[in-house]
Amino acid sequence: MESKKEIKQPLLEISDLFASTENLTILKGVNIKINSGEIHAIMGRNGCGKSTLSKIIAGHPSYEITSGRIELCGNDIEPLEPEERAQSGIFLGFQYPIEIPGVSNLEFLRVATNARRKFLKKDELDIFEFEDLVKEKLDIVKMDSAFLSRSINQGFSGGEKKRNEILQMALLEPKIAILDETDSGLDIDALRIVASGIKKIANEQSSIILITHYQRLLEEIQPDFVHVMADGKIIKTGDSTLALELEKNGYEWTDEFINKN
Amino acid sequence: MVNENLVDNIVSEPYKYGFVTEIESEKISKGINEDIVRLISSKKNEPEYLLNFRLNAFKKWKELQEPDWADLGYEKIDYQDIIYYSAPKQKDKIKSLDEVDPKLLETFDKLGIPLTEQKRLTNVAVDAVFDSVSIATTFKEQLAEHGVIFCSISEAIKDHSDLIEKYLGSVIPASDNYFAALNSAVFSDGSFVYIPKNVTCPMDLSSYFRINSGDSGQFERTLIIAEAGSSVSYLEGCTAPMFDTNTLHAAVVELIALDDASIKYSTVQNWYAGNEQGVGGIFNFVTKRGKCIGKRSKISWSQVETGSAITWKYPSCILIGEESIGEFYSVALTNNLQQADTGTKMIHIGPKTKSTIVSKGISAGHSSNSYRGLVKIGSQAKGARNYSQCDSMLIGDQAAANTFPYIQSQQPNSEVEHEASTCRISEDQLFYLQSRGIEFEEAVSMMVSGFCRDVFNQLPMEFAAEADKLLSLKLEGSVG
Repeated sequence: MESKKEIKQPLLEISDLFASTENLTILKGVNIKINSGEIHAIMGRNGCGKSTLSKIIAGHPSYEITSGRIELCGNDIEPLEPEERAQSGIFLGFQYPIEIPGVSNLEFLRVATNARRKFLKKDELDIFEFEDLVKEKLDIVKMDSAFLSRSINQGFSGGEKKRNEILQMALLEPKIAILDETDSGLDIDALRIVASGIKKIANEQSSIILITHYQRLLEEIQPDFVHVMADGKIIKTGDSTLALELEKNGYEWTDEFINKN
Repeated sequence: MVNENLVDNIVSEPYKYGFVTEIESEKISKGINEDIVRLISSKKNEPEYLLNFRLNAFKKWKELQEPDWADLGYEKIDYQDIIYYSAPKQKDKIKSLDEVDPKLLETFDKLGIPLTEQKRLTNVAVDAVFDSVSIATTFKEQLAEHGVIFCSISEAIKDHSDLIEKYLGSVIPASDNYFAALNSAVFSDGSFVYIPKNVTCPMDLSSYFRINSGDSGQFERTLIIAEAGSSVSYLEGCTAPMFDTNTLHAAVVELIALDDASIKYSTVQNWYAGNEQGVGGIFNFVTKRGKCIGKRSKISWSQVETGSAITWKYPSCILIGEESIGEFYSVALTNNLQQADTGTKMIHIGPKTKSTIVSKGISAGHSSNSYRGLVKIGSQAKGARNYSQCDSMLIGDQAAANTFPYIQSQQPNSEVEHEASTCRISEDQLFYLQSRGIEFEEAVSMMVSGFCRDVFNQLPMEFAAEADKLLSLKLEGSVG
């Protein structure tokens, strides 16, 4: 077992990451290592830095890395623009997917898919080929093709927006998908649809980071590792039982932990 | 934010039509007075009725004041410092394109408007206007077979004086406004279209206006008459070289639609806009108006305004015939220090008349972009309806957008709807698109063309593609 692990190269490795926005330090030394095929959950209170971490990995311009590294397959991603990160296989499922009036969802999905395909040196898809592909993927999230002709996320319900995110993930086939509170604001049926969609997309070559407050999503998708985040750091890592523990005991102990350290 | 600067960078694409054609021109001396007006008329060998039309207009112009109500700021124009007639030197009577100076043909080639028989566009007839004169009109004979008259207005003045006398100034009288009066006094050329009864014009007609000379103004005049039951689609494009002085362009366009006739008039205006510091560029003061005289007639204006240092332009419809329809679809993009004050007037006179206004203003850089529109429902316009939608998009935090809608109704049995919105391309929207692998520039242009979609859908197909490309070009460029 030990030797097998050593051959496995980490897909995403974050080491001693410090980051800030508007002179406010948010991440204070994050360390995390994710191998291919693994599912990780990051849990923690509001404001602990979970969403910031996901935006920094995706390259949001409002945040600045002050020290530390983020490596995708051994390459530092800091110099890459957000679009280059996406093309090379990083996917961020947004907590609040933004509405973009006037831009057709179908056109957007096609341009995005082709940008990724171009990077992978695959042929770009024309409108007809793409329509065939997208119809196949719509099934995964049980979406109606009427969604395609609307503007991006415009007038979508909370659940529809989240399903649209998972549809994008299905089309882009990322190496690593970071899903930021994909479960928030979903009723139980929508949660099941989203969770089963994620499970269908997940495979040996790709990894998933689930950012969540609740155990509910983790009942549907069992994580290999659970990390607890507080005050910009990962303070505890365990297996899926850690999530159950949190559900039972809450996050108060994390405050004590921070005060002690 | 980092990206704000990037947006600033990508909206400053260099102007690619800014070249000057080296050609000998015949120019008259600077300034304007009655003798100049007479000189222009005699150079064009005009009949007396037209000279009188000009002199009358000149008299009106002297009495009028330059309007100052628009939200525009510019240094006072010195009307005595402008040359009012400039024409490339060539033989007096040109029988075929072979006799046109190759330099002129080359100029239009470079602008993507080839005129020679081998290269000309196959589905569009073109009237090419260079400074003050019309150089060539393609497909004249083929159109004549259908009874369609398409020629320069100078030719029409000589060959179709009955139509000119009847309709010239009938929609926009010389006394209408300061710039229309000036145009009526000194207009040099332009296009004339006549579509006979029940004829659907077999191809799109178009005019391409090219200003070449830096110190002369351009004053063209277009007149389109659609007889009962006829229809035509007309396209207009314009470019000018880069000069560090301002050039005055004051055009007049008159449209007349009789019973059941329809005229669609589309413009892609790309005059030189001046540099980033606001030096140079065209002053574009244009009066465009259509008269729906006939029952169920329809006039539709669509415009994509991307150029000029100053744009002052309100293509309008006077809806006289019962159930006549007026439409105005506009995209105005301003960047750097450009200023645009543009919109429309829909004057409902006849009963059950309908009008639609869709205006999209995009302001980037330090520019200012205003929509100004009037919807007037007269006392006889029972059952009239108007729908207006005015949206503004701001790029960066230095640009300004204004909406000035005026509504006057004297008929209680009528409906007027007005919707307006303002949005800004937000960093989060851009990040969303980028985080899906879409390049920054493409993300901006996707959002801009998405914003303009309602208007682009109204443009003839090739034009829509060109307009989309033009906006992308303006918004593309030097992202490092």
